[in-house]
Amino acid sequence: MKGPSWFNVTSMVFGFTFLYLPILLLVIFSFNESRLVTVWGGFSTKWYVELLENDQLLAAAWVTAKVAFISASIATVFGTMAAIVLARAGRFWGRSMFSGMIFAPLVMPEVILGLSLLLLFVAIDQSRGFWTVIIAHTTFAMCYVAVVVQSRLVGFDRSIEEAAEDLGCPPLKTFFLITLPIILPGVVAGWMLAFTLSLDDLVIASFTTGPGATTLPMKIYSQVRLGVTPEINAACTVLIAVVTGGVIAASIATKRRQSQHEADEFAAAG
Amino acid sequence: MSTQHTPRRSLGSWLLIAAPFLWLLIFFLAPFFMVFKISLSEIAIAIPPYLPTFDLDGGWAALVDDLKSLSIENYLWLTEDDLYWKSYLSSVQIALISTLLTLLIGYPLAYGMARSPKAWRPTLLMLVILPFWTSFLIRVYAWVGILKNEGLLNQLLLWLGVIDEPLVIMNTNAAVFIGIVYSYLPFLVLPLYATLEKLDESLLEAAQDLGCPPWKTFWTITVPLSIPGVVAGCFLVFIPAVGEFVIPDLLGGSNTLMIGKTLWVEFFSNRDWPVSSAVAVILLLILVIPIVLFQNHQQKLSERA
Repeated sequence: MKGPSWFNVTSMVFGFTFLYLPILLLVIFSFNESRLVTVWGGFSTKWYVELLENDQLLAAAWVTAKVAFISASIATVFGTMAAIVLARAGRFWGRSMFSGMIFAPLVMPEVILGLSLLLLFVAIDQSRGFWTVIIAHTTFAMCYVAVVVQSRLVGFDRSIEEAAEDLGCPPLKTFFLITLPIILPGVVAGWMLAFTLSLDDLVIASFTTGPGATTLPMKIYSQVRLGVTPEINAACTVLIAVVTGGVIAASIATKRRQSQHEADEFAAAG
Repeated sequence: MSTQHTPRRSLGSWLLIAAPFLWLLIFFLAPFFMVFKISLSEIAIAIPPYLPTFDLDGGWAALVDDLKSLSIENYLWLTEDDLYWKSYLSSVQIALISTLLTLLIGYPLAYGMARSPKAWRPTLLMLVILPFWTSFLIRVYAWVGILKNEGLLNQLLLWLGVIDEPLVIMNTNAAVFIGIVYSYLPFLVLPLYATLEKLDESLLEAAQDLGCPPWKTFWTITVPLSIPGVVAGCFLVFIPAVGEFVIPDLLGGSNTLMIGKTLWVEFFSNRDWPVSSAVAVILLLILVIPIVLFQNHQQKLSERA
């Protein structure tokens, strides 16, 4: 095959510029001296300093981090279980309903998910706050985890598992000693996806939260409605830096693991 | 699965199925029945703000009375006030146009990625996925600074002398289109790229060897074979875009009608829970068809794989 044509290169340059330019501009203008966000007044980090003094914003960030951590962890457990069921359990009563409930939340509008969960919490007289947001986030995030882990389970060599079971290894032990290490990259990716989805969510949290559990996106949203401010740009930049750093670190880590794994296999075979 | 034997199930494997199943039944499916029930209730000045609330202490007779007081009044209201059907219609319309625009930008991008040297592809893929990890809210917010009247786009165009006075993009439907295309582009590019990358290149080479011009090869071979990816990608953009709230709220204007925003206002500003539930039920009914089509499509794809 010949090299990429000018047309392909142009469309990629255009596509990626479109994807990245807005974020880049946002980051640049977070270092703007001027309060006018769209007029450059010189370099300054004063908005970051102001950010550190904004107690409300920091409190919201802390709540969000806790919610995201707990809900991502629960969602990873349930999502991995669901993925194994989808990939392995064969036929059982209610299977199509089960897979329907896994795939529907992926495309369901957030306003519906949020409203419906809120009405459930009200009906069972559950006071709303920190834990109701966690339940809501766990519910939709576990579906994403299930899809990510399932893709890892497809094309998985079951003979090793079968060998372990034939040698009398109990199923749970087989899972932790053999299955889990192999699907671990998928599980980690699922956890990270669940974490960022929760970190990011405005709509579902707005419906299901209560007093004392304002999340960062809710805080940002209420300020954004009043207009663009350099302080919010700075907050956004910090969030972007955290997420991007995490994703890149994770991808490097899994790549290293994978090449290590391949090297081990090669050594064993040789 | 290679061996389709009926698995003998232990207690453990039943638990494995039951735990996620029960969670989803309670927190995903049961809430829909609540929405449906409350959409048949009346608004009330109470906590919670609707009547009747089922009280199981009242016994069977009280429950029957409560059931009798349910009515379809809220649904009739949705047909009377034209705000609602206009919102539904314009949501579907905005979502359709945005999906087409996303396809227009996403197809060349996915195609370019799939045809690029193999060594580039993981990096390019990473570049598409990375914005997806960045906050949705932040990405929409980033456009506010670009599109507003005194924003960066207008400054640039004025400076270049392309325009004499600022374009009004912010708070119009055009801004909503840009927002949706921007936010959902990765959803379309990823499945499309996956299909295009798997495409058997020997077919293209055969066509070229037989003297088929490149554009014709593209239309008669590449495009038809990429249809499954196009369909999957379009569903992934269209379905959530219909119910979108953040984008029309931040970028759209007062005359941008989208049902997600109407529901939000009904719930948070008017505090009319029964009507917002009815709005949600109808939205769900509209989306059931594309969601089922999408799931069938995905199932077919995974069976073929």
